[in-house]
Amino acid sequence: MDFISIFSIFVLACFVGYYVVWSVTPALHTPLMAVTNAISSVIVVGALVASAAEGSMSSKWLGLGAVVLASVNIFGGFAVTERMLAMYKKKEKK
Amino acid sequence: MEHVAAVPSWAMLAYLVAGVLFIVALRGLSSPATSRAGNRYGMAGMTIAVVTTLTTHGLASLPEIAGALLIGGGIGIVAARKIRMTDMPQLVAAFHSLVGLAAVLVGLAAYLNPGAFGITGLDNMIEPQSRAEMSLGIAIGAITFSGSVIAFLKLSGKMSGSPILLPGRHVLNLCTLLVILGLVGYFLLDQSPWVIVAITVLSFVIGFLLIIPIGGADMPVVVSMLNSYSGWAAAAMGFTLHNTAMVITGALVGSSGAILSYIMCKAMNRGFLSVIAGGFGADAGAGGDGAVREQRPWKRGSAEDAAFMMKEAENVIIIPGYGMAVSQAQHALREMGDQLKAHGVNVKYAIHPVAGRMPGHMNVLLAEANVPYDEVFELEDINGAFAQADVAFIIGANDVVNPAAKTDRSSPIYGMPVFDVDKAKTIFFIKRSMGGVGYAGVDNDIFYANQTMMLLADAKKMVEDIVKSLGH
Repeated sequence: MDFISIFSIFVLACFVGYYVVWSVTPALHTPLMAVTNAISSVIVVGALVASAAEGSMSSKWLGLGAVVLASVNIFGGFAVTERMLAMYKKKEKK
Repeated sequence: MEHVAAVPSWAMLAYLVAGVLFIVALRGLSSPATSRAGNRYGMAGMTIAVVTTLTTHGLASLPEIAGALLIGGGIGIVAARKIRMTDMPQLVAAFHSLVGLAAVLVGLAAYLNPGAFGITGLDNMIEPQSRAEMSLGIAIGAITFSGSVIAFLKLSGKMSGSPILLPGRHVLNLCTLLVILGLVGYFLLDQSPWVIVAITVLSFVIGFLLIIPIGGADMPVVVSMLNSYSGWAAAAMGFTLHNTAMVITGALVGSSGAILSYIMCKAMNRGFLSVIAGGFGADAGAGGDGAVREQRPWKRGSAEDAAFMMKEAENVIIIPGYGMAVSQAQHALREMGDQLKAHGVNVKYAIHPVAGRMPGHMNVLLAEANVPYDEVFELEDINGAFAQADVAFIIGANDVVNPAAKTDRSSPIYGMPVFDVDKAKTIFFIKRSMGGVGYAGVDNDIFYANQTMMLLADAKKMVEDIVKSLGH
């Protein structure tokens, strides 16, 4: 993909992010940080590419190290978000 | 050319789907009712991204990769289960540092094995554009890492929360940043290892230097800012890899953190640059509790007084702050709220955007204690209600109820939006002792107001005593 296409996607995604995040209720700002943390670990994609590639042992080990770090975040981030969100309850209707 | 075959179109579509699922995940957070479904979409998006990458690249090294995923995943799940809700800011800072470090490792891996990432040019060198993306990604990742480590140490109390001010730090920081940018530029001409190593090392150093002068009270901004950086690091790596999922996610996370930083700064009436410059709370003590600080009369109340007054009240507004988190008083507080409701009192909770150590921290703690979220209100939604409130009950908050923010131009917190607690008929103010003042280091007129009774004790103990008295 050429630079212009990917840059267009990036700019549009910034705008989408802007509007989506403003609509997040302030009560959920902590879960928002936890979940953005989890999804930014999509960097694991790059780590997997490096781990799977032949040609450089050091690159492979760096990749595997990055896979470990990113997966702490992925699993930890989603799990802790789930745990927090499960606590938000409405007033019981009587 | 030894290029790895181009990513197949189905995989490109799959990455796009993953990116869209991440957008939907954040969208779900617009209300607690839809938030859990949103989180599931996020997990689905991540699964798609990982499976797609493994299918197109990774089948050869599957055992090692599975091992790495298991180790990381295990640590992550255990941390997520064990963490106390009070300690959430530290956990988030720790997670940010991991994203940053992962970005650095991926960037270096791409540098060492550019063929695998498809970024080798015709001359067998790394394409200049990829060099720019890669080195910027490494730099932002390294800043995120070392900055988050310092934020983690400060938040968890392993390092003093007070600002550490080096002489000439602004010049030093600016020079380091310029050198890093210069090296990134030079890296386009010369891809020798020393350049990339120097960029990495200097970026670690600048991340450290940028965060040490920032005090504990500004941590909500710092945590949000590092959240933003971790997003930009992921986006830069996405550019290197031409991966839409990474670029979309990076943009989302980057804007999310930036917006949160903006909200926090606005709620403190501070400029973003002045927060970043640091030093807040280091010298404010001079005006607040120097020798000239006069002794003014104040009234001390007891748990029985508070129980009696609140039982008779019609409207009670509770204002929790970081002190509630420190003493873990949220469960006792909810019990108090329940008892008051049983007496027919209308109980509401009022939360300031900067209460606690990260955005939304108080909301999570109240949710943990089973306080229904429709009893919890934001600053602008409840501030008009204090005029009708019989009791304002302040627990562990201080600066956010300080009227000096409205009246005293010389106050360091002047201009910060605060709760109009002085309009309530009676104020109960839980505080450990009369000695300490808030994080901003300023005295608070509310302590000495006619309608204020100070409840001097540990927050949790005091609330438990009030609950006991209410039971009688």
